[in-house]
Amino acid sequence: MSDPVIAVRGLGKTFGATRALDGLELDVPEGAVCGLLGPNGAGKTTLVRILATLVRPDRGEARVCGHEVGREAAAVRRAIGLAGQYAAVEEGITGRENLELLGRLHHLGAVKARARAAELLAEFGLEEAADRLVRGYSGGMRRRLDLAASLLTRPRVLFLDEPTTGLDPRSRREIWSAVRELATQGSTVLLTTQYLDEADRLADRITVLDRGRAVADDTPQRLKAAIGTLVEVTLPEDADLERACAVLAVLTGGAPAVDAGQRRVGAVSDPARPLALPRLVRELDAAGVVALDVALRTPSLDDVFLALTGAGAAEKTEAAA
Amino acid sequence: MSAMTMPVDAAASARRILLVYRHSPGLLASSLLVPVAMVGVFGYVFGSAMNVPGGGYREFLMPGLFALVALNAVMPAMVGGARDAGRGVTDRLRSMSVSRFGLLTGQALADLLVAAVVLAPTALVGLAAGWRIRHGLGPALGAFGLLLLFRFACGWVGTALGLAVGKEDTAGQLAVLTIPFSMLTSAFVPTGGMPGWLAAIAEWNPVSAVVEAARQLFGNPSAPGSAWPAQHPVAAALGWCALLLALAVPLAVRNFARAGR
Repeated sequence: MSDPVIAVRGLGKTFGATRALDGLELDVPEGAVCGLLGPNGAGKTTLVRILATLVRPDRGEARVCGHEVGREAAAVRRAIGLAGQYAAVEEGITGRENLELLGRLHHLGAVKARARAAELLAEFGLEEAADRLVRGYSGGMRRRLDLAASLLTRPRVLFLDEPTTGLDPRSRREIWSAVRELATQGSTVLLTTQYLDEADRLADRITVLDRGRAVADDTPQRLKAAIGTLVEVTLPEDADLERACAVLAVLTGGAPAVDAGQRRVGAVSDPARPLALPRLVRELDAAGVVALDVALRTPSLDDVFLALTGAGAAEKTEAAA
Repeated sequence: MSAMTMPVDAAASARRILLVYRHSPGLLASSLLVPVAMVGVFGYVFGSAMNVPGGGYREFLMPGLFALVALNAVMPAMVGGARDAGRGVTDRLRSMSVSRFGLLTGQALADLLVAAVVLAPTALVGLAAGWRIRHGLGPALGAFGLLLLFRFACGWVGTALGLAVGKEDTAGQLAVLTIPFSMLTSAFVPTGGMPGWLAAIAEWNPVSAVVEAARQLFGNPSAPGSAWPAQHPVAAALGWCALLLALAVPLAVRNFARAGR
């Protein structure tokens, strides 16, 4: 395999008393769509800002396309595109003018800038609105224009920092299809998101950040497989809760969680000891437990996320209780 | 590479500002309305009770209003800088291989064109109200050049402050900071009638130096105070502009490079 397009070694960054990044390691191979997941404050945005040459790290090294982000910032800038958390476009001019101006600032020249702007407007379904002021655009249109602006130079590496935060479902799907299209064209994409379904749909690798470190880095499928199978038993009566709990504890080797209100017992099976449904039903029957519903399901990325980032999981449990 | 791309970057950046004005002619109209309304309010309402040595009050007032048009560069530059920093525009530009100095220079030069477009009708209204150019074309052009230089410096000051603030709302609220600079001057009244300490502040106000310099170059009535800038207004005005530029340009470029860090 060729050298990674993004290579991060021991990266550290502290803002005042906050340690945003704490010895982060990350490799993203060419052509990958890497999803960065993590709770708020995990360091996702700081990492993107360092890679986009906007912030200098305190410790460690980060390379994009082989260029070190501090010393060789100019070379990095020529290789990247950035779409941040805001639609970074000028509202007082038209969508077309925004793209043409940025094209000129990318030194494409007036003619090429105009041609490329027209191309991108068509690609992102903004042709009709191209000559209207951006002030009148919807949130989704602004974000599409912003994404288009990050692609003017057909960058080798694209950083998307929460590209769909605050968008309605339809606009999100539009952004998603645009990102997938880019990936098929061979761009390397580093995407931060709070939406796990977004990472699941777009990313072929996921890095989970927690308190400035990577706590997991794998494909979505393997991340889900690694936390085992979720077992849920729903009972008709409160009386059986304790017995069901005992059965699940033995079968999964873990501590089951009881939701008394829903009369539901849940547990995560040990990935090393796969649990089959017939066995679960037999054991429950043997213990004299009558179940209303018995389910085994593959964990979602939500479950992966909560299992890996302890603090977030605790919050979730509190909220549920 | 930045030095080579600087003219291209400056041109694109200037184009952005001018396009905004082209799409919203109301912006220009409103910045024109203020000085014209002030000719009415100060020239005719307050001016009716004003006596200044050596000529009519409206002729005394006009150079003051021209200088205020120049000072008014601070606010839009500050709000614009803060908006760009707050909404990620500055981040995007910083992630690109562009000349930062070029970008900011382009903005400042575009604003200069806007100022010229505002100053011309203001001068015409002044002429209708009795203001005159009395020392010939050369010094008059010098006066307008000085006013535009001051506008240029004020634009840089606004950009430096706006990028440092980084929040559009906050920048809007900070606009009140320009009020003492526009009021504690010799633009509206001679400093001679002010208490001594206030007169000293007014005479050392950069706006006053520009006002007095313009009065001297246009040959309009004036009642300069005793402080050094009031006695040497052209040198003082040029000095203030040089000082403001020397401070604000590097500060604006530095704040641009650090925005959101």
